[in-house]
Amino acid sequence: MDDFASLMAGFQVALSWHNIGFMAVGVVLGIVVGVLPGLGGPNGVAILLPLTFGMDPTSAIILLSSIYWGALFGGAITSILFNIPGEAWSVATTFDGYPMAVQGKAAEALTAAFTASFIGALSGVILITFVAPLVASFALRFGPAEFFAVFLLTFCSFIGMGRENRAKILASLCIGFLLAAVGLDSISGDLRMTFGSTELMRGFDFLVVVIGLFGVSEILLTVEEGLVFKGKQAKIDLRVVFRTWASLPRYWATLLRSAAVGMWMGVTPGGAIAASFMGYGIAKRFSRNPGSFGKGNIEGVLAPETAAHAAGTSALLPMLALGIPGSATAAVLLGGLLVWGLQPGPLLFIEQKEFVWGLIASMYLGNLAGLIIVLATVPLFAAIMRVPFSYVAPVILIVCAIGAYTISNSIFDIWLMLGFGIIGYVFKKLDYPLAPLVLALVLGDRAEDSFRQALLGSGGSLNVFAANGLVGTLVVLAMLLLLWGPVTDLIGAARGKGRQPEKPAAAE
Amino acid sequence: MKQHWLAASACLLAGVTPAFAWEPTKAIEIVVPFAAGGASDQMARTIQGIIQKNSFSSQPVIVVNKPAAGGAEGMLDIQKSAGDPHKLITTSSGVFMTPMATKLPLNWTEYTPVAMMAQDSFVLWVNAKSPYQTAGDFMAAAKAASLPLKLGGTSSKREDNLIVFAMEKAGGVKFAYIPHASGGQASTQLSGGHIEASTNNPAEDVANWRGGATRPLCVFSDQKMAYTTPVADGKSWADIPTCPSQGLNVTYQMLRGMFMPGKVTKDQQAYYVELFKKVADTAEWKDYLARSALVPDYRDGDAFVQFLKADEEKHAKLMSDAGFMAK
Repeated sequence: MDDFASLMAGFQVALSWHNIGFMAVGVVLGIVVGVLPGLGGPNGVAILLPLTFGMDPTSAIILLSSIYWGALFGGAITSILFNIPGEAWSVATTFDGYPMAVQGKAAEALTAAFTASFIGALSGVILITFVAPLVASFALRFGPAEFFAVFLLTFCSFIGMGRENRAKILASLCIGFLLAAVGLDSISGDLRMTFGSTELMRGFDFLVVVIGLFGVSEILLTVEEGLVFKGKQAKIDLRVVFRTWASLPRYWATLLRSAAVGMWMGVTPGGAIAASFMGYGIAKRFSRNPGSFGKGNIEGVLAPETAAHAAGTSALLPMLALGIPGSATAAVLLGGLLVWGLQPGPLLFIEQKEFVWGLIASMYLGNLAGLIIVLATVPLFAAIMRVPFSYVAPVILIVCAIGAYTISNSIFDIWLMLGFGIIGYVFKKLDYPLAPLVLALVLGDRAEDSFRQALLGSGGSLNVFAANGLVGTLVVLAMLLLLWGPVTDLIGAARGKGRQPEKPAAAE
Repeated sequence: MKQHWLAASACLLAGVTPAFAWEPTKAIEIVVPFAAGGASDQMARTIQGIIQKNSFSSQPVIVVNKPAAGGAEGMLDIQKSAGDPHKLITTSSGVFMTPMATKLPLNWTEYTPVAMMAQDSFVLWVNAKSPYQTAGDFMAAAKAASLPLKLGGTSSKREDNLIVFAMEKAGGVKFAYIPHASGGQASTQLSGGHIEASTNNPAEDVANWRGGATRPLCVFSDQKMAYTTPVADGKSWADIPTCPSQGLNVTYQMLRGMFMPGKVTKDQQAYYVELFKKVADTAEWKDYLARSALVPDYRDGDAFVQFLKADEEKHAKLMSDAGFMAK
């Protein structure tokens, strides 16, 4: 109970007036940063880092981590309203969040997303509070082979559990891998597929691709349909929040599963991105009504958001305990710790007790403050859906272009964004799924690196992927998930019935 | 054309106000050609903090990370910004090695050297639970091993890779060099026992050393480090023996310095030289050097240029011996 006393002392630190002030400012700034695609959490934190140099470390990290929470919340807003994920981990939220918005249920979707974020983050913080030392040592068991197995698991679950044509999922996945390979290959140190272009040297930035594939292509589709406003006018007031809350207990199993997946992925630096996709995939597989996923099922919003935030929060644990950042934002925060003269690592918990527990206490309070602030803004954001699309579309396009430009101050990226917009449009017309492409683009690089690192160490022997219980289990699990879908389909076909025709989506 | 115009206007400005030394008129941007959180980034942010805390400059300082393509993105940015006196770049030995390994059209002689802030040492680290107590033990084990021992470092065909190559040559052994995205990652992999050793900089491994997860065997230098304050188990940086003293004749150090884009005026260069001299004299900077166990070695002007020339020649030889030059 020593830790509990420390936590209470931490609350005392975090609950001082000026720290609460920093928390509120941080959350609001974070939401703004999260809403603007391209700016994103890491950049937001990096821009504000210098402001904190004069502050005491505890207040500084409270301010910066509140920006992080705000950005986590804010990322969901554009995903749901405009189909533009502000952050990598919000991609899976668009699958059902945007269809909900189109059906006039934007307020419900936003409420669900925010509440799920809160639940996810809360489970992450509870994890940090109680099992920090235990979990930290678990992360150390992850060598290159284990990392690769985690990525393999993510890819396999996506193919195996996908409802779309599996050949198309695979094709989309392979294009993603191809794009991920462009740029500097960190294992050989050589440039690949840049064709002498200095612009391609950077590789394809995930956000540029996503803004194009999701945001711009959506605008193209809508324009084709004749600029008719698709969103239904719905009565929007704060009561929606409570109505949505009343329906949430029904989905306790989904929330629990996603939180577990998220915490696990956050601690193993697999990260929030993989977690959100896996959370979505698993919710779909276990759902009683899997056909409605992708057409505005509220579970499809709850699952990835819970998982992403459980992972995002748990990702701070390896940073504090081991000095390895679990996410890009955590990496910037890590830089901050060093500037404030704190050395992250196993000793931080012992030498800087007040700081660590102040931070942990601020995670509880920051998330609570974040939830209250974002929920209060739900009617405001949902009201954007009432503005005629012909006014909104140009604004979205400009925001997209600014976002794409901001990432590395490059005009080339705006052209790239438009190019991917057209590719996204063609994909949608031909009924190819976009998500596998994005997934492969984000994780492909890292999967390749860890695969090759593992083989370098084993002298080229594939046995390294079955060398111990952990990696073996992960690989077997991956194979099971890969085969699950095709096998159940085959069994269904063998019975001569096939699957029941899926229920039509609620409304479209 | 824009560059000429900028250079011309800069000259004009300097010409009109000869009595006053040049002063920045807008925010100063420090480009870090590595990711946030790394050693170069830490140095840039420490300098940023010192300048702002002590009001050494009337203009704010911003740090921008351009890490793509092993730092080439940041270097290209500086190359393109010739004549811009509000931009600086932090550099390491990568300033020679990136062009050598990638054949990109980059050359430090087209930048303006400002100051060398310090040199960074490299240390041979092993897992604290491993049986190796000296570099000799480790090399003997490498010789006896049937499967090459795994040695981790940052990136491929860069500093760590060169050291490992030199170790192979010195000991007549073969290692499996595993490139990592950052020194922090290599350190974590080492404390998890997934690699046998790493060649991290002191700052990259200090946390795990203090936490009792890793142990330094020797420093790749002819001289021991200078810092005598105990770091872990009563040992200080100065207690780490040199590698040559343990029979492993490999030495390597890396410069950490500051450059401006090319085509800036003497006054503009002088302003920053003065600025970094002030930074290097602060107590905060000395704290930073001690914390990161950097070798204090401030140089500017000709001393810096001479150092760069000699260092480039050394790297050209090392890189071509190791076969890391792009064809």
